[in-house]
Amino acid sequence: MIDKQEKLIDKKGIRLDGRKADELRPLKLEVGVLPNADGSAYIEHGKNKILVGVFGPREMHPKHLSRPDRMVLRCRYHMAPFSVQERKSPAPSRREVELSKVIREALEPALFLEMYPRTGIDIFVEILQADGGTRCASITAAALALADSGIPMRDLVVACAAGKVDDTVVLDLYDAEDKLGVADVPVAYMPNLNAVTLLQMDGILTHAEFEKAVNMAIDGCKKIYALQKEALKTKYMHIKEETQEEVEE
Amino acid sequence: MSTLITKVRQKQLSQLIEKGKRIDGRGLTDFREFKIEEGLIERAEGSARLLLGKTDVLVGVKIETGEPFPDTPNEGVLTVNAELVPLASASFEPGPPDESSIELARIVDRGIRESKAIDNEKLCIEAGKKVFVVFVDVYVLNHDGNLIDASALAAVAALINTKMPNYEIKDGEVIIKQGYTPLPLKSRPITITVGKLGDKLLLDAGLEEEQVMDARISLAINEEGNICAVQKGGSGYFTPQQIIEASKLAQEKAVELRKKLKW
Repeated sequence: MIDKQEKLIDKKGIRLDGRKADELRPLKLEVGVLPNADGSAYIEHGKNKILVGVFGPREMHPKHLSRPDRMVLRCRYHMAPFSVQERKSPAPSRREVELSKVIREALEPALFLEMYPRTGIDIFVEILQADGGTRCASITAAALALADSGIPMRDLVVACAAGKVDDTVVLDLYDAEDKLGVADVPVAYMPNLNAVTLLQMDGILTHAEFEKAVNMAIDGCKKIYALQKEALKTKYMHIKEETQEEVEE
Repeated sequence: MSTLITKVRQKQLSQLIEKGKRIDGRGLTDFREFKIEEGLIERAEGSARLLLGKTDVLVGVKIETGEPFPDTPNEGVLTVNAELVPLASASFEPGPPDESSIELARIVDRGIRESKAIDNEKLCIEAGKKVFVVFVDVYVLNHDGNLIDASALAAVAALINTKMPNYEIKDGEVIIKQGYTPLPLKSRPITITVGKLGDKLLLDAGLEEEQVMDARISLAINEEGNICAVQKGGSGYFTPQQIIEASKLAQEKAVELRKKLKW
């Protein structure tokens, strides 16, 4: 526990983890990491380590949950017991139920649900290690996993948070800033459609600060979007190289 | 939290909204008439019932003693729960809380918590050992749309109505004495939900209107007009411009309601 009196940003505007106000944490994105899933992705966002698997479109179980006019998207956000400082009970908490819902609603606008009636897609998000901003990193990875499964999408969904720490609006809060900062504004965004699909906030902000935080988060999203596309391409570059090697053999 | 309505009705509702009109004759930013009744549950430390059109929400506040969280040893504890009681709508089913009621409870919770509405340090009895726990139970009695605003408003009204038991400490034991003092409050947040249909924004959506909305954003606004909690819901999206527009709309409406409520 860091002392509340301690400043989270120094006089030069550098944050405790060495970043500038509008700087993202280091990101690593990987696609197609689970052999059994139809689509999968792994993300490291700062110290967050998250694995996402997608199954479907497939027959819905239980069947009565299927819809005659569209596909049903289901999402489970779940934290591993060892992902946080104090062991988290593996039973779903109220926070996890809420996050599962908002993550699902953040991804739904990207899919053509009406094209797959009577079917279902399951998205399983496992937080292996949490370091603040897990819902955003989960959405970024889940969109990649969906794309990896090959389902048509309107756009990738990418998410990033901004917030207020001490007196400054900053991008991409990590654990300590999330807990000790003034406010946290997670945003999910589809850059090609200019559509915000997730928006939450806790803390107190003036209207101007709120507007600044939303815009800063969207700028962060755009940067991560480039990395997302890169990660998708990388997978197919590997496949291309492998097949070429085979041909040469 | 949905009810079945016919496609024809859906079309009628959305065509009206696109023209800036509504099925019940209200303007897009008009709230339905509302009425708050306080203190109707004598057994509870605080209670309030809010009628917003036909939406009916009862909130009871119970206060007990318990242990503080280890990271906030000298603060009281707030717990918010919401029950979508089956008698309130054909679409509510008995059983453990589903994601809609958990989301509702967490939006109400965040509005109260993040605006620092309750003066938590005054709820400490013995630092690290004993504090007062405030249980806010939202009971939806009739669902006719906009449960979020109705529940949040009723919850704050119930907190205003809440009386804390007087107590003294004898040999480390808490002894409840005669008489009550009001629950120490620092803020009275007002939560406003903005619905979106195409390029139109509307407030206080009715049950049927909620079925045609693309998405919603709920904002908790405090006395200074600052935003203390936000939640987007629904399967649609907002453009960044619409978010700014929605937050301005919510702030204006909060000022108007605050005057009406004398909060």
